[in-house]
Amino acid sequence: MTFTAPQVDWAHLSPVLVVLGAAAIGVLLEAFVPERRRRVVQLAFSLAALAGAVLAVALLWNGVKRTGGVRVLGDSLVVDGPTLVLQGTIALLAIVALLTVADRTSTGEDAFAPTAAAVPGSDYEELARRRGLQQTEVYPLVLFATGGMLVFPAAGDFLTLFVALEVLSLPLYLLTGLARRRRLLSQEAAMKYFLLGAFASALMLFGIGLLYGYSGSLTYARITTAVATPTGTDSLLLVGSVLVLAGLLFKLGAVPFHSWTPDVYQGAPTPITGFMAACTKVAAFGALLRVWYTVMPGLKWDLDVVLWIVTIATMVVGTVIAMTQTDMKRLLAYSSVAHAGFILTGIVALDAQGVSAVLFYLLVYGAATIGAFGVVWLVRERDADGIVLGEATHLSQWAGIGRRHPWLAGSFALFLFSFAGIPLTAGFIGKFGVFSAAVDGGAWPLALLGVLASAGAAFFYVRIVVLMFFSDAPADQTADEADDAAAAAPVEAGDDVPVDADGGAVATLVAQRAPSVTTTVVGTEGFATVAIAVCAAVTLVLGVFPTPVLDAISHMSTFLP
Amino acid sequence: MHTLTSWATSVPFTDIAPVAAEPVKHGIYAVAPLLVGLPLASAAVLLLAGRRSDKWGHWLGVLASAGAFVIGLITFLHLLGRDASSRILDVHLGTWIDAGAFHVDAGMRLDPLSMTFVLLVTFVGTLIHVYSVAYMEHDRDRRRFFAYLNLFVAAMLILVLADSYLLLFVGWEGVGLASYLLIGFWNQRTPYAVAAKKAFVANRVGDIGLIVALGLMFSTFGGVDFDTVLNHDMSGVSQATLTGIGLMLLLAACGKSAQFPLQSWLGDAMAGPTPVSALIHAATMVTAGVYLIVRSSTLFDAAPTAQLVVVIVGAITLLFGAIVGCAKDDLKKALAASTMSQIGYMILAAGLGPVGYAFAIFHLVTHGFFKAGMFLGAGSVMHGMDDQVDMRRFGGLARYMKITYVTFGLGWLAILGIPPFSGYWSKDKIIEAAFIPTDGHTWRAWVFGMVALLGAGITAFYMSRLFFMTFEGERRWSTKADGSEQHPHESPALMTWPMIILAVGSAGLGMVLGIGNRFVDWLAPVTGHTEHGEPVIQPVVLVILTLVLVVAGAVLAWRRYAISTVPVVPPLGTALTRAARVDLYQDVVNDALLVEPGQHLTRSLVYTDKAVVDGAAVGVGQTAVGLGGLLRKTQTGYVRSYAATMLVSLVVLVVVVLVIQS
Repeated sequence: MTFTAPQVDWAHLSPVLVVLGAAAIGVLLEAFVPERRRRVVQLAFSLAALAGAVLAVALLWNGVKRTGGVRVLGDSLVVDGPTLVLQGTIALLAIVALLTVADRTSTGEDAFAPTAAAVPGSDYEELARRRGLQQTEVYPLVLFATGGMLVFPAAGDFLTLFVALEVLSLPLYLLTGLARRRRLLSQEAAMKYFLLGAFASALMLFGIGLLYGYSGSLTYARITTAVATPTGTDSLLLVGSVLVLAGLLFKLGAVPFHSWTPDVYQGAPTPITGFMAACTKVAAFGALLRVWYTVMPGLKWDLDVVLWIVTIATMVVGTVIAMTQTDMKRLLAYSSVAHAGFILTGIVALDAQGVSAVLFYLLVYGAATIGAFGVVWLVRERDADGIVLGEATHLSQWAGIGRRHPWLAGSFALFLFSFAGIPLTAGFIGKFGVFSAAVDGGAWPLALLGVLASAGAAFFYVRIVVLMFFSDAPADQTADEADDAAAAAPVEAGDDVPVDADGGAVATLVAQRAPSVTTTVVGTEGFATVAIAVCAAVTLVLGVFPTPVLDAISHMSTFLP
Repeated sequence: MHTLTSWATSVPFTDIAPVAAEPVKHGIYAVAPLLVGLPLASAAVLLLAGRRSDKWGHWLGVLASAGAFVIGLITFLHLLGRDASSRILDVHLGTWIDAGAFHVDAGMRLDPLSMTFVLLVTFVGTLIHVYSVAYMEHDRDRRRFFAYLNLFVAAMLILVLADSYLLLFVGWEGVGLASYLLIGFWNQRTPYAVAAKKAFVANRVGDIGLIVALGLMFSTFGGVDFDTVLNHDMSGVSQATLTGIGLMLLLAACGKSAQFPLQSWLGDAMAGPTPVSALIHAATMVTAGVYLIVRSSTLFDAAPTAQLVVVIVGAITLLFGAIVGCAKDDLKKALAASTMSQIGYMILAAGLGPVGYAFAIFHLVTHGFFKAGMFLGAGSVMHGMDDQVDMRRFGGLARYMKITYVTFGLGWLAILGIPPFSGYWSKDKIIEAAFIPTDGHTWRAWVFGMVALLGAGITAFYMSRLFFMTFEGERRWSTKADGSEQHPHESPALMTWPMIILAVGSAGLGMVLGIGNRFVDWLAPVTGHTEHGEPVIQPVVLVILTLVLVVAGAVLAWRRYAISTVPVVPPLGTALTRAARVDLYQDVVNDALLVEPGQHLTRSLVYTDKAVVDGAAVGVGQTAVGLGGLLRKTQTGYVRSYAATMLVSLVVLVVVVLVIQS
C-alpha cells in the first residue's frame, strides 16, 4: 500500500495555524508557567499570536489579490479575497476584544470568576476571591474560539464548516459561564447557549446530511454542480439548504433563531459579550456569505423567501424590542439582532457590491460593538462604603454620566451614533452600503424597511445619549465622592431583590441593587481604555475617510467559485 | 408683466435663471478655507491649552472671528468684481467619500447667498465676541465660552459654505453641538440642562428629516452635492419624490429654526448666556432653516405641494410667536417668541417661491442686525439690573441707560417696520409678496397676506409693550423691601460699542441694501427672478394699511404699558393671555400627543419583558439563594420554549419554501 502525502499549502493556512497553534501552546503555558506570571505571559502570547495572524493575512494579501485565491487541503478551505478580509477583521477585532478581556480594575479584579469550579456563593469561592485566584485559561479559550472563527468563513466543505462551528462555539459556551458577578445568571446563560447551540448544530448537521444525500458530496463546489443538474429530489436539497441556513442564522442571531442572544449577552462576562457579539457575527456572516454566494445562487428563487422573511423579522423584532429594554446589555443585544437584519439586506442582494458592503459593515459594527461593551464594563455600581461592585447595567443608572466622564460617555455616544447610522460615523457608510446594495439587487422593500427601522432605532440610541448628557444623576451622585451622601440615595422602585446583610457572597449570585448604590466609572489598568479609544478612532476615521478601506475591500470581494 | 414694486422702490425686471457653478482653485479663493480654519483652530487651541490660556484666550477668540470676517470681506469684494452671471464658484478641496456609486467631494461654494451669510455670521459674530469679553468677565470659564463661540462660528461657516448636502449636514450638526454646549454652559443649574435636552431632542427629530432627505436625493439624483441635485432636470422626477424631499427638508428646517411644530425648544434655550441668545438663537443658527429652503430653491420650485406646506408652517409660526410674545413677562423669552415669529415671516417668504426667496434672505439679514442688537440690549439691561429678566420689575430705565435705550429703540423701530428703518425694507416686501396669488389661487394670497399683515400689527404691539415696559413708565425695580435694592447703570464700552454698531445697521442697512434693489439683484444668480402676478391689494394701499396697523399696535401698547400703571404681579388675564403665557400649551400638547402614548406603549412592553424574561432571571436568582434545586427546572423550561420557537419557525420556513417551489 502506498501512501502519498497530501500537498499542503502551509502558507495559505498560516493565519489559522498561528492562532490554533498558539491556543494549544497556551494550554501548556497554563501547566508550566508559575501562577503569578501566568496572566502577563498568556496575555502577551495571545496578543502576539493574533498579531501574527494579522501579519499572515497581510503577507497573503497581494498574492490573493493577484490570483484570486487558492483552495487548500483539497477543497476543505478556500483562501480567497473575502476569506482574507474576514480573517483580518476577526483577528483585528479579537486583538481589541482581548484588551478588554485582559483588563483588571485597580483592585485587581478581572471580569472572570476567580475559580469557575466553585459553587456560586460558597465559602470556597469566597476563599478563592480573597486569595486573588484567576482563570487565565480564558486566553487560550479566546484563541481557540478565534481559530474556529478564522476557519468558519473559509470552509470549502460542510464538514469543515461544521467542525469550525464547534471549535468556535465550545469555548464560547465556557467563557459565557465565567462571569465574576451575577454568576447564576452567567451559568444559566452558558447552559442556555450550550443547549440551544447544540440544537442548532444538530439541525445544521441534519441539513448537511440531506445535502449529502442529494449530491453525494460535502464540498461546496460539487454541491453547486449538483444543484445545476436537477434530479427530481429537489425537496431533499431545499430542506437541507433551509436547515443549513438555520444553523448559520442561529449563530448570527437572526430572528426567529435569536432567542438566546439577550440572555447570553446579558449573562456573559461583558468583555466576552463584546468579543462574541463582534467576532462571532463576522465569522457567521462570512460563512453565510460564502454559502449563499457560491452554493445557493442556483436556489435563489426558492430560498429568497426564507432570507426575506428572516431579514424582515430580524429588523422589526430587533428594533421594536430594543426600544423597550431597560438593561444596557440586553438593549445592546437586541440592537445587535437588529444589526444582523441590516446586514442581511446586503446579503439578500446577491451582487458583488453586496459582498464588499457587508464586509465593511461587519468591520465597523464589530469595532463599535467591542467599544460599547468595553464602556459598559467600566461603568460600575458602588456601594455606600465606596466598594466597586458589578456593572451598572440598568439604564437609569447611566443618567448624567456624561457630565462626570465626558470622554468615556462621548465615545459611547459615538458608538451609539454609529449604530444608529448617523453620518460622519462609520455606521452611516456601512448602512448606506448594504442598503444601496439591496436596492441594486432589487430588494428595495428590504432597504426601505431597513431605513425605517434605522430611524426607529435611532430613537433608543439617542435616548441613551440624552440620558447620559442631559439627565440629572440622582442627587447624591453628582459629586463623585458619594460616601457622605449615600444615605440620601433614592430606593429603586420595583426592585425586589433581597439585600443580604453580608453583601459579599450574595453579590456574586444575582444582580443586587441596594438602596445606597451609586454609579461610577471604575479605574483600571488601562487596557479597556486603550481598546475603547481604538474603537472610537476606527468609528470616526472610517466615518470621515472611509475611501482607502472601502477600496481595499472592494478589490477583495470576489469569491472563488 | 408686473414686478414687485411699491411706491418706495421699483424692481427692474430681469428674468435670470439660477446659473451653474464654476470651479476655481486659485487666487484669492484659495484662502477661502481659512474662513472656517481660523475659528476652528482658535477653538482647538482654547480647548486644548486649558487654563493656561485663561488670560488671553478671549482675545484670541475675538481675533479669530475678526480674521474670518476680513477674509470674508475680501472674498466678497472679489466676487462683487465679477460678472453677475459668474458669481457662483466652487472651491474644490478634495475627494471626501468614494464608496462605489456614492461619491462626495468636499468643497466650498462661494456665491452671493453663502457670502451673505458669511458676512452676517462673521460680522455680527465678531461684535458679539467683543461684547462677551465684558459680559462674561466674571465667569471663571470665560475661555471655554469663547472656544464654544469660535466652534459655533466655524460650524456655521461650514454649514453655509458647503457645496453638498452632506457637508452641510456636518455644519448642521456642528452648530447644533455648539448650541447645546452654550445653552447648557451653566449646566450646574438644572433648568438650563433641561433646556439643552429639549433643544437636543427637537433637533434630532429635525435631523432625521435631513437624513431621509439625503437618502431620497441620493436615490433620485445619484448624488448629494448641490451641482447634481439642484441642476438636475426636475421634470423627469416624480412629484411624490420631490414633495417627499421638500417636506423632509422642511422638517429639518423646522427643527433648527424652531418652526411649528418643533418650536418648543427656543424659549427654553434662552437659559444660555445672553450673547449666545443674540448670536445663535436670534441672528444666525436659527435662520439655518431658511437658508436650507432657499438653497434648495430649484427643488421647492418643482414641488408646489411642499411649498404650500412651507408657507402654512411659516404662517402658523408667525402668528404663534406673535401671540406668545404678547404675554411673556420674561424679557428674553419675549424676544425669543419674536424671533420665532420673524423667522416665520422668512419661512413664509421662502415658501412663496422665487417671489419671496430674496426677501426671505433680506429679512434674515436685517433681522440679524436688529434682533442681535436688541438681545445685546437685553443683556445690557440684565447687566445693570442684577440679571433680572422680569419686565414687570423694569420701567423707566431710559434715564439710567441712555445708550442701551437709544440702540434698543432703533432696533424696535426697525422690527416694527417704520420707514426708513431696516425692517421696513424687508418685512413690507414679504407682506406684499404674500398678497401675490400663486398659480392663480387668489384665496392663498388673501389668507397668507392677511396673516402676514395681522402679524405685523401684533408684532408692533408686543415689541412696543416690551420696549415701554422696560424703558418707559414708572420704575418698578425691586427695593430693599424685596430683598436687594437695584441700581441700574450703563454697561462698559466693550458692551455698548457692539450695540451702537448693530443699531446703526438696524437703522440704515435696509435702506442701503434696499434702494435700487441692490440686495435682490445681488442674490439673483442664486434665487433667480421670475414673472409673477399682481398683489390682490395695490402695493401703495398695502404699505399704508401696514403702517396704520403698526402704529395702532404701538399706540395701544403705549396706552397700556407706558401711561397706565403696570402691576408688578401679573394679573390673571384672559384665557388667551394665560394660554400664551405657557406658550399656547405647547408642552402640554407635546406631552399628550407624543410623550405619554410613547411612554404608555413602552411601559406596557417593558412590563411584558420584565414579567416574562427579567422576572424569570431575577426569579431564578432568588429561588437559587434559597432553593438551589429548583433552578434547573426553571432553566430547562425556558430553553425548551426557545427551542420550540426555533423549531416551529423552522418548520414554517420549510413549508413556505416547499409550497412556493411546487
